[in-house]
Amino acid sequence: MHEMSLCEGILQTLEQQAEVQDYQKVRTVWLEIGALAGVEVEALRFSFDVVMEGSLAEGAKLEVISVPGQAWCIPCGINVPVEQLYDPCPHCGSHQLQVNGGDQMRIKELEVE
Amino acid sequence: MCGICGCGEGPVHLDEHEHSHEHEHEHEHDHNHTHSHAAVHSHAPGLSQVRMVQIEQSILAKNNQYAHENRRFFSDHGLLVLNLVSSPGSGKTTLLTETILRLKDDIGIAVIEGDQQTARDAERILATGVQALQINTGKGCHLDAHRVGHALEKLQLQDHSVLFIENVGNLVCPSAFDLGEAHKVVVLSVTEGEDKPIKYPDMFHAADLMILNKIDLLPHLDFNVEECIQYAKQVNPRIKILSLSAKTGEGMDNWVQWLKAELQLQLIAYA
Ligand SMILES: Nc1nc2c(ncn2[C@@H]2O[C@H](COP(=O)(O)OP(=O)(O)OP(=O)(O)O)[C@@H](O)[C@H]2O)c(=O)[nH]1
Ligand SMILES: [Mg+2]
Ligand SMILES: [Zn+2]
Ligand SMILES: [Zn+2]
Ligand SMILES: [Zn+2]
Ligand SMILES: [Zn+2]
Repeated sequence: MHEMSLCEGILQTLEQQAEVQDYQKVRTVWLEIGALAGVEVEALRFSFDVVMEGSLAEGAKLEVISVPGQAWCIPCGINVPVEQLYDPCPHCGSHQLQVNGGDQMRIKELEVE
Repeated sequence: MCGICGCGEGPVHLDEHEHSHEHEHEHEHDHNHTHSHAAVHSHAPGLSQVRMVQIEQSILAKNNQYAHENRRFFSDHGLLVLNLVSSPGSGKTTLLTETILRLKDDIGIAVIEGDQQTARDAERILATGVQALQINTGKGCHLDAHRVGHALEKLQLQDHSVLFIENVGNLVCPSAFDLGEAHKVVVLSVTEGEDKPIKYPDMFHAADLMILNKIDLLPHLDFNVEECIQYAKQVNPRIKILSLSAKTGEGMDNWVQWLKAELQLQLIAYA
């Protein structure tokens, strides 16, 4: 399961940053997840609790900030909102779109002690 | 190879991530986790300093770092590396064995095989006479750049050759894990239905080339090739598509030409 590996990636970063930023425990994790990132947020929440168990982030709260999808429409020459990778441009119907927003999955900030 | 990992493991570790999250967690017991349960379970107010820390880092940062290392290795050695992705059974291994038979006298070829279990695919590749290394991912459903980095230590890769990485049969998560490859090549067989590109858009969006395989079966199916191509381009307007049959050899020449051209491109030293 994809989301499980993502949570392992999050934990690695939390552990690595613990030394750099000098904290012992993580209380809250804020993630920024784009609508086009291919991440199932519910599955992520479930995996998060399992993976953080026994770590410095055991019991930490997960806050997810969703970011809408956006793409550059080549024919229109403007940024347009898209909900799925296969959506057409809402103005001209073209599929000549370059995704330029909402494909990120980032750890944004932490509440630590 | 693995300059940043320091994991001290042998070249191919079998699921290093399967650590002990399965234990029944009784918090009375006297276990020796590194964390202190006092800190976890009782917060003495006023004693701890709660503060915010900015991170701004991709969740995939670690994998991307390993992928970057791999990519630098590939470019230093003029290697063409292709990450083959598809759902199970689309014909990736058959495509590889057929490709190897056509090219192995002219070009150095090696294969990394990713499957959850068994070494069957690596054995099929070895039978053609080229190097192959099997990675079993166990419960894991994709290859990651760290594991591929360790596999590279085991292979004797010849400069300016081709390395195929056959990923675990799964149209979902291998799309997110960069292995350092030049291109993801998605294989779709005509028995799977023409709507796969829009049902699994992430994979078709991440791929540069789509191979439509098993076209020998088209007369027996009502698979609509045009519609399938249209869906793929809808998800990824830049995707290139080759139709072929790994079984009969129809269309294989195009694919072989594409490989040779791509390998040639690896010789260019960009500033
Ligand atoms: N008719 C036909 N059958 C094919 C073709 N290519 C592969 N097959 C058959 O499809 C089945 C699966 O082929 P594999 O090469 O094992 O597929 P794979 O994608 O490597 O499978 P996994 O590694 O298990 O995901 C085998 O029975 C092949 O003989 C083709 O072009 N035409
Ligand atoms: Mg196979
Ligand atoms: Zn514990
Ligand atoms: Zn438009
Ligand atoms: Zn390692
Ligand atoms: Zn996976």
